[in-house]
Amino acid sequence: MSLIYRLASRNLLHDRLRFVATVVGIVFSILLVTVQLGLYLGFGRIVTTMIDHASADLWIMPPGTKCFEDPSTLDERTRFQALSINGVAQAAPVVIGYAEWRIAAGGTFPVFIVGSDLREGGLLPWNLVEGSLEALAIPGAVAVDRSYFDRLGVEGIGANAEIRGQKVEVRAVTSGIRSFTTTPYVFTTLDRARAFTGTAANKATYFLVRVAPGADVESVRHRLKANLSDVDVLTAAEFRDRSRSFWLFGTGAGFALFAGALLGMIVGTVIVAQTLYSSTKDHINEFATLRAIGSSGIYIHKVIICQALISAVIGFCLAAGIGLLVVAATADTALPIVMTPTLTLVLLFLTLVMCVVSAVAAILQVMRIDPVMVFTR
Amino acid sequence: MTEPVIEVVDVVKWLGKGAAQVQALKGVSLALRGGELTLLMGPSGSGKTTLLSILGCMLTPTHGTVRMRGRSTEGAGPEALAKLRREHVGFVFQSYHLFPTLTATDNVRLALDVRGENSARAVGKASDALAIVGLAHKRDAFPLELSGGEQQRVAIARAIVGQPSAVLADEPTAALDGENGNAIMALLAEIAKDSSRGVLVVAHDARILRFADRVVHIEDGCIVGDRRGDAALENDQTDCAVPS
Repeated sequence: MSLIYRLASRNLLHDRLRFVATVVGIVFSILLVTVQLGLYLGFGRIVTTMIDHASADLWIMPPGTKCFEDPSTLDERTRFQALSINGVAQAAPVVIGYAEWRIAAGGTFPVFIVGSDLREGGLLPWNLVEGSLEALAIPGAVAVDRSYFDRLGVEGIGANAEIRGQKVEVRAVTSGIRSFTTTPYVFTTLDRARAFTGTAANKATYFLVRVAPGADVESVRHRLKANLSDVDVLTAAEFRDRSRSFWLFGTGAGFALFAGALLGMIVGTVIVAQTLYSSTKDHINEFATLRAIGSSGIYIHKVIICQALISAVIGFCLAAGIGLLVVAATADTALPIVMTPTLTLVLLFLTLVMCVVSAVAAILQVMRIDPVMVFTR
Repeated sequence: MTEPVIEVVDVVKWLGKGAAQVQALKGVSLALRGGELTLLMGPSGSGKTTLLSILGCMLTPTHGTVRMRGRSTEGAGPEALAKLRREHVGFVFQSYHLFPTLTATDNVRLALDVRGENSARAVGKASDALAIVGLAHKRDAFPLELSGGEQQRVAIARAIVGQPSAVLADEPTAALDGENGNAIMALLAEIAKDSSRGVLVVAHDARILRFADRVVHIEDGCIVGDRRGDAALENDQTDCAVPS
């Protein structure tokens, strides 16, 4: 085995305090990038959670709808027009909107109403842990997520509150349906959702289309667009992309997350560069000796890059370990940090690139080494 | 007489720039031959190290020719000169320049590693070189665990492990006591017995003259004496005019 690795590792470990400082710098840098990119992924997922759980091949929505939470409405006639089109098996109306949840003990809290027809489905609550979907048919019945119990002032099934002056009762409880805003989702029937949000009886926010068995989704969409006026018809994937695009880039949140990640990279690069540079200065006699005994420039560059890569791998492993703890700690929060195998590989690649780029200053320094200096030191 | 392993012909070297420029060598010619130990002696600032650096392809001359095994080095860039050094020259430095974080074996192996020789055979060659300098039992020792004389022996093992054409030693005994200095010189003299290899030792200390097959005196950038064997040359010739 070449001595390059041995030289590099011993150069690094020669000053252990500096090495520890370097690794800590890399860990924090990569952790910052992990959190930012993990938040980006988590944000991207959570803003489309409703779209992901809807049973729809196509979404009919008011033109220019930017995201699921956009509360513009369509006329019920559109639904019947859609149902008359060849290949459309179902067009389930969904009504959404903001409302005020009045707590029995006093006080109000904003909630986001999601209403669907219980028979047709569309967008019904999932991950039920108490109660049942059928129970939502009971007058005033709603489903809420247990993570919002405190905020909504309820303790579970049977708890009462008021929305828009109408009494509601918790009849089903879900787990893990969290909003990335602070506004809890409240699921109920279509009619009740209209009543809670002040939506007219002949209006709905979306019509969720299921195509007939054997029908081609793209062809059905084409016919829907041709026959319906003043609507957008999107596949679930397109609506997901549009929602993500709006929340991540329309609001600037995505840019902020990327800027944070970039900042982490810059900080990490500077820390590693500074360490490698000072380490190279400390070992300048050794590099001059290498040059004097005939080593090529590439051999010396390999030693320095090997130092950078060793720092990168150790720093990355520690950062990944801490990152997994952070991911676990945020799993049940409104905005979980997501770590995927792809993101892990991207982070490893970024760490390696960051450390190799950091080696440039040190390499430039050794390129100026005059081997004759070994006679004077 | 054997073919020179390294030869410089009419070498002139200017060092520095502008007003600080000095002529370190003023037309020096010297051929280093295999099978002999040459001592290069002269006062401080006489040009010994500059000549050693040019012979060892660390510096290029301002004018003149350097031939390594008969081939001119003219026009060679830094990487080509490095290649010549690793293939043809072994260096021994006054302050050893061993790597403190590597064992004696690894320090010796380094001279092979930079050539791309990093197999198990390289470890064997390093061990053999350490045995030649009498340090087979210290192969796993780190430099700080060795005495000055032992460190210089490791440096000599590093210089010879690649079977170079020439071993160039810059005041190898300067940091050693008399006993260790003599031992190092005896070792270098032994190495010089190989007819394929020339050894040049830059030295101040006249006590080591007895180890030399040839003594070259340099002063003010000119060779002013060149004697072989026990007989000093009657007319020490000079390559250039020495200022009075």
